[in-house]
Amino acid sequence: MTVPSELYYTPEHEWVALSGSSASVGITDHAQRALGDVVFVSVPAVGARVTSGEPCGEVESTKSVSDLYSPVDGEVTEVNPEIDDDPGLVNSDPYGAGWLFKVKLDETDGDVPPGLLSASEYTALTQEDE
Amino acid sequence: MTDSALAGGRPAVPRRTPLTAVHEQLGASLTDFAGWLMPLRYGSETAEHNAVRSAAGLFDLSHMGEFSVTGSGAAAALDYALTGEPSALKPGRARYTMICAEDGGVIDDLIVYRLADAEFLIVANAANTGPVGAALAERAAGFDAAVTDRTDDYALIAVQGPRSAAILAPLTSVNLAEVKYYASYPAQVAGRGVLLARTGYTGEDGFEIFAAPKDAEYLWAELSKAGASNGLIPAGLAARDTLRLEAGMPLYGNELGADMTPFDAGLGRVVKLEKPGGFVGRDALARRAQEAPARQLVGLTLQSRRVPRHGYAVLSGGQPAGVVTSGAPSPTLGVPIAMAYVRPDVAAVTTDPTTAGTADLAVDVRGRAEPATLVELPFYRRQS
Repeated sequence: MTVPSELYYTPEHEWVALSGSSASVGITDHAQRALGDVVFVSVPAVGARVTSGEPCGEVESTKSVSDLYSPVDGEVTEVNPEIDDDPGLVNSDPYGAGWLFKVKLDETDGDVPPGLLSASEYTALTQEDE
Repeated sequence: MTDSALAGGRPAVPRRTPLTAVHEQLGASLTDFAGWLMPLRYGSETAEHNAVRSAAGLFDLSHMGEFSVTGSGAAAALDYALTGEPSALKPGRARYTMICAEDGGVIDDLIVYRLADAEFLIVANAANTGPVGAALAERAAGFDAAVTDRTDDYALIAVQGPRSAAILAPLTSVNLAEVKYYASYPAQVAGRGVLLARTGYTGEDGFEIFAAPKDAEYLWAELSKAGASNGLIPAGLAARDTLRLEAGMPLYGNELGADMTPFDAGLGRVVKLEKPGGFVGRDALARRAQEAPARQLVGLTLQSRRVPRHGYAVLSGGQPAGVVTSGAPSPTLGVPIAMAYVRPDVAAVTTDPTTAGTADLAVDVRGRAEPATLVELPFYRRQS
């Protein structure tokens, strides 16, 4: 299982890449493995407001459906244009081509938004699962 | 994300099959299924599903329950215990059948193989092995018949898919062209004595191999080797579920249960009301056969990509009209499919071409009504 050290994580298995006032969001390798083949992802629309810890979409896999939670507060600026036609990107490249949406952060004081986990904290969490 | 798939396991330690170590070596995702540690998928369950439709898949089904029923009264005991008429089976043939309670409710659906005049093998769902064993023992008590739980004596390996016979042929002396669907033979496969049956739960041609547990790893390896050039890959329970759903085959706990009769599931044909002698559940089932059904099992396809799941409400004109029993994204059809119980009047309106448009069917997928179309079962039928 891959947990890139430069990313932050939620206990609900999203990852977030912070870059200035912008954040990219996806689901983790651990999550995609547990879900199996992803067949459809519903992501928030460009311009939508998202709130940390609240559902903003859903991920359908063969066996189950899961809520997608926003890791941050802000406004959606972009969604992955490939994900609708090829939701399997979430499985094949969860941290790369399988990214889901980007957010312009409300707070850009340079601090990491509250509630996010570091790679080592997230790794510890997933090991508790097993 | 939150999901039951990500939640912690149950406290009880699930049982291992004779092949669990092989699944671990293959890197399978293992899951607790009916108290057994079983492979859910090895890689992509969609790829495993498609391999079974186009080539072949290799399954470990050793969790299934097996019972032998032997003795001069075995056939009569099973005629009494089951809805079918095993006494009419020729040795070497098999039937899909059910075991019902006095009130007609389904205890389990079964395959019964007649191995010899006085010897039957019954295969039950893993989750129902206990209740089936208890019911068989109780019902056989008045006959010259012995019921033995053989679950631990058999590893069960299935080869399913259009290439199955081509894969198996070089490994056995049995002329597979002469093995009919729902027939079984004592056979040698890769030099090991097995019971070879042409049965399955995928909607494809295929074989189920009942083997000694000590031979399981060897047979799995030989079948994998023989199948590699024929596109055979190991396939897990996730693929097995979407395969049987596309084939319109019921799953106990979803389409079948103690609160349903075989007639509810559209499987009244397995109930032989006219067979000589009584059988458990006969009176209730005879009444049920005369009544208008309270619900009807139907197939649904959705235009949306959101997937109907077990327990979701079916709506007609925005009002509750039934419930989804099984649903999944169909790899073969490319759209979400479901089996559902709906009110007969809703099914009738929808299947009549003059009123089909008026039913306004939908499935409530997590708070949003997704339009649905009623289709004939099965969703998929192989070209034979």
